[in-house]
Amino acid sequence: MDKILVGLKRVVDYNVRVRVKSDGSGVETDGVKMSINPFDEIALEEALQIKERGEASEVIVVSVGTGDAQQQLRTGLAMGADRAILVEIDGDIDPLTCARALLEVTKRENVDLVLLGKQAIDDDNSQTAQMMAALWDRPQATFASTLKTDGNTMRVTREVDAGLEIVDVDLPAVISVDLRLNEPRYVKLPDIMKAKKKPLDLVPLADLSLPDSPAIADTVFEPPAAREKGIIVDDVAGLVGALNDKGLL
Amino acid sequence: MAKVLLIAEHDGSSLNPSTAKCVACATKIDGAEIDVAVLAESAAEIAAAAATMDSVNRVLSVENAANGNAPASVLAPQIVSMAEGYDYIFGPSSTFGKDLMPRVAALLGVNQVSDIMSVEGSHTFKRPVYAGNAIVTVEAPAGQPVVATVRIASYQAVGSGNSAPVEAKDIAVDIPDHTRVVELQSGQSDRPDLQTAARVVAGGRALGSTEGFDLVHQLADKLGAGVGASRAAVDAGYVANDTQIGQTGKIIAPELYIAIGISGAIQHVTGIKDAGTIVAINKDEEAPIFEVADIGIVGDLFNIVPELTDALS
Repeated sequence: MDKILVGLKRVVDYNVRVRVKSDGSGVETDGVKMSINPFDEIALEEALQIKERGEASEVIVVSVGTGDAQQQLRTGLAMGADRAILVEIDGDIDPLTCARALLEVTKRENVDLVLLGKQAIDDDNSQTAQMMAALWDRPQATFASTLKTDGNTMRVTREVDAGLEIVDVDLPAVISVDLRLNEPRYVKLPDIMKAKKKPLDLVPLADLSLPDSPAIADTVFEPPAAREKGIIVDDVAGLVGALNDKGLL
Repeated sequence: MAKVLLIAEHDGSSLNPSTAKCVACATKIDGAEIDVAVLAESAAEIAAAAATMDSVNRVLSVENAANGNAPASVLAPQIVSMAEGYDYIFGPSSTFGKDLMPRVAALLGVNQVSDIMSVEGSHTFKRPVYAGNAIVTVEAPAGQPVVATVRIASYQAVGSGNSAPVEAKDIAVDIPDHTRVVELQSGQSDRPDLQTAARVVAGGRALGSTEGFDLVHQLADKLGAGVGASRAAVDAGYVANDTQIGQTGKIIAPELYIAIGISGAIQHVTGIKDAGTIVAINKDEEAPIFEVADIGIVGDLFNIVPELTDALS
């Protein structure tokens, strides 16, 4: 195959303990560490490995986000992507518009394989890959834990509730990746310097002339209901007693 | 009246319990009239089971050879062709529904509401975000169908005293062959299914090895419980991937959940919050799992767990 497109979303870092703002308008993001969505990082690692095996010639990282997302695209370039495109938006974006934007770039670039994370760890929606494949009328293989190229087909192992499902998809296709596909590489300092010279194009969302899609509007954020404080028992006899008291044995 | 089309989940022969939980969610919509669609290679048995679910108006049976082990790309266009006239199209937030429903939504040109945990109004829902660190109330746009997945751990299955009519539906749409399911390697054991088990015993990295994890299996066998694991235990290779509980694994709501040697990272806790009673066994009294546990015991799991298993004889 020729080109692989990888989607990168800028999200609150995995290790941050997210807090809801007191006025319920969202979550605290001031001064909070932002990173590439961890699943997207796995998607990028996979694309780089495919290219390093000589099975693809170019890896393009694309983000649909605000200007700040250039940081995450630069990190993607430092990991080894060849070039980057930022589809620039103001504020938030809905998954359908995101899928349409990524698809428009995919078509313009004649991409053969699209690799995305299976979900973003901020909105936990898990929609973009499936929507993109639907609009493209092409295969989707979600929650991938292994990928193997075989000519114009990819064999994908999917992590599903019942176990592992093996599917064959014809290219071009959209694949969303799960945790255990690989371990993303660390970025080295010289690579960060090199990445500064790689191309990063900015494309305003309006330039893609996409149809309007009304978003699912977030109205109020609240912290989750807390569970009542529990008890600590001293020994197994105490545990069995407490379980019996609740009628659980 | 609010017309709901609900997509049944099944394995080709039996109806998945997630479906009855989706029905429970749909009944919370004012004036809901709920039709259940069974898309299968041979649908009779599954449709008959679906027809017993309380509150179901009718069951639509769509038989097609292509619907055996069908990928989302095969099912989605058939669902879209049935969607006309429905105000809501619901599926479960299992890997089946997560894979399928966004494809349906995109073909209908609408955004999707993921993981409904409560219905607050005709177009207003609550859903978890940030691994359950926040709950957001969302408003779906009016004037277009609401496509949604239902967080099944938030609902109790409806009863099974109904006998709704089953209608065969003929659907003529182009079905693509660009995606082919080769096989399902099922991790299934004799143990209860993790997502529907009344009791679940789960282990973490502190078990130390596959052999260590046997302690979890032994206790689970004694309790007739399903077996789960933290991401760390799965990554370490002690147990199969499909046992992972949490933000990126399974979301469960058993009556009794026993966490053994699991520290309780927020990504794990979000998968067990709806459990009836949470028991934590951990040697670190500062472990965050104790913040959500109803009953905690601090100590060495390698002593406590065998003793507990024996005590239950």
